Amino acid sequence: MTQAAIPNLAPALAEVFLAVAAMALLMIGVFANAQKAFGRTQVFAALTLVIAAVLVISGAGGARVETFGGLFVSDNFSVFMKVLVVLGALGSLALAGPYLREHKIARFEFPVLMVLSVLGMFIMISSNNLMSLYVGLELQSLALYVLAAINRDRNRSTEAGLKYFVLGALSSGMMLYGISLIYGFSGTMDFDILAGFVAGHAPALGLVVGMVFVITGLAFKVSAVPFHMWTPDVYEGAPTPVTAFFAAAPKAAAMALFVRVMMGAFGDTVDSWQQIIIFISIASMLVGAFIALVQTNIKRLMAYSSIGHIGYALVGLAAGTTAGVEAVALYIAIYVTMTLGTFAAILAMRRDGGQLEEIGDLAGLSKTNLPLAVAIATLMFSLAGIPLLFGFLGKYYVFLAAWQSGLVELVVIGLVTSVVSCYYYLRIVKVMFFDEPDGALEPIQGAGVRAVLSISALVNSPLSYFLLLAPLAGASAWAAQSFL
Amino acid sequence: MTLDAAGLVSFSFYLFAAITVASGLLVITARNPVHSVLWLILAFFSSAGLFVLLGAEFLAMLLVIVYVGAVAVLFLFVVMMLDIDFVRLREGFQQYLPFGLIIAGILVGELITLGGVWQAVGDVSANLADKAPDATEVDNTAALGQLIYTQYIFIFQTAGMVLLVAMIGAIVLTLRSRPGVKKQNIGRQNARRPDEAFRLVDVESGQGVDPSAFRQTGDRE
Repeated sequence: MTQAAIPNLAPALAEVFLAVAAMALLMIGVFANAQKAFGRTQVFAALTLVIAAVLVISGAGGARVETFGGLFVSDNFSVFMKVLVVLGALGSLALAGPYLREHKIARFEFPVLMVLSVLGMFIMISSNNLMSLYVGLELQSLALYVLAAINRDRNRSTEAGLKYFVLGALSSGMMLYGISLIYGFSGTMDFDILAGFVAGHAPALGLVVGMVFVITGLAFKVSAVPFHMWTPDVYEGAPTPVTAFFAAAPKAAAMALFVRVMMGAFGDTVDSWQQIIIFISIASMLVGAFIALVQTNIKRLMAYSSIGHIGYALVGLAAGTTAGVEAVALYIAIYVTMTLGTFAAILAMRRDGGQLEEIGDLAGLSKTNLPLAVAIATLMFSLAGIPLLFGFLGKYYVFLAAWQSGLVELVVIGLVTSVVSCYYYLRIVKVMFFDEPDGALEPIQGAGVRAVLSISALVNSPLSYFLLLAPLAGASAWAAQSFL
Repeated sequence: MTLDAAGLVSFSFYLFAAITVASGLLVITARNPVHSVLWLILAFFSSAGLFVLLGAEFLAMLLVIVYVGAVAVLFLFVVMMLDIDFVRLREGFQQYLPFGLIIAGILVGELITLGGVWQAVGDVSANLADKAPDATEVDNTAALGQLIYTQYIFIFQTAGMVLLVAMIGAIVLTLRSRPGVKKQNIGRQNARRPDEAFRLVDVESGQGVDPSAFRQTGDRE
């Protein structure tokens, strides 16, 4: 019997660290005094995430490294996306404190579950095999189900958790069915071998059917239409910091996974999946634009907005080129900054000791709290994609990539829905600046909320557009090199 | 008539197979649900025998330990604890039988089609990255161990993390700290010594004992 060599752990250093740190955090939480447990795990979780990001960046050598017998891969793209996930998690962790304490759900398991779900996202991003894809996906989803239901004494929150869990289990089932078909018709689950297999000859029908099922599961995780039904209810029902986390980190990870499966494993058979991506992209953009028009609750509005944004990001994927991957990476990076800022703004909406969630509650904000109104307006303009703001840059890149691939209709539909969606973003600006106020909001509670809001407003302001444009575009181009 | 080794193997196969099929049938036809579970246990045992005949002794052990030892006993508990009216569950059996048969037929047809297509695709074994270790070199327990703990250690460990999350989740969503519950403090329990725990007192008849003298610093709760 041969003595097996220990696998090279260096490429997966950040994952190993996160796993061990999550268990250490659990110990800290259990043994700390009940009053201090949450604060302490929160600080240590933030530290853990920062160290993980440093490990990820320090491991960025440019070359593609595989380990664990090809189950795990580390390349430019994974480094870029993992940093984004850490940013999303850190941002929502910073937002969490005051809200959780007020609702008496500041339990020390909250940061621990967040770290574990980030671990799942890291594994998803680095997966190079359908099996590691699946366990990573389950790890992050299971932690997210619990986070959604963490306010267990409130019906809305448990409903959100249960809905997310049941539909998530359904999508996992479909994805597993697809994986089994792919394995049956190709004999492998490894992305590299799969890529070589489909490049050789036209894929068998069974393989294509399996691929469609996997796309279905992935579309559920990124909440693309027609698998978006859970999004508004879960976003509305889950505690707001959890919603911020949902909208930022898992979206980035699932989108990275989507790109990796489509461009990595099936990159040589673009024709067999391009139509599906085009369809879900158009449907997401339409639903995101038109259904959001009638929303009055700002969390539901953000849910539809995120569906629309995923539609735009999928435009880049539909292009099926390296330029498209670059555009997706850029778009998701910008989306994470915008969405974190918006949720910080939603947490800042407080009056008479309670949280507000209706758009009408923002009426006349410019007269009572001008800096907050300006910050929200900047984010809204950026989400709408007004030129000279980051949101515009993301849309420009994805549409350019699709245009270069000859997907003219997709670009036209994207532009139309983009204009339609301007209406509801600008309505918020109108409510803040031109309506009569009916009472001032409370001053913003918590340094974390203030910091996240101001940083993301600054990042999305025209000021930083010129400063950050070149580095960000450079970084996403560097990330997309993995799919050359 | 004497039985040689091959004859013995085929005799055992038919014996175990017949018992498996018969007890499988009895599982679904037995009137008493407890009997159903017992027939199920017999079916598991005879399938374990079939695995041994195939040379898969590890799977046979697993079947006995996991299915007979844990799952079937759990079934038995559920059947005995829950008061399910099985007669009512069986109502309309004949009414739904044709429909059920149609669906079963469609499923079988689909499986056959899929198998046919799969055969037509041709050999994909060249793609198999992690072929199972050669059965002539290692026995199948060692082979499974190599696959699970060496080749797929990454997935095995991640699955462990998934279970950890499930455990944390179950505790977060259900554990409530109730005030006023008396808990055992093992440290204090062990630190207690006989001389401070009890005292011998001579009780004079008709006098009784003054209880205040027995309150100690240890009785804080």
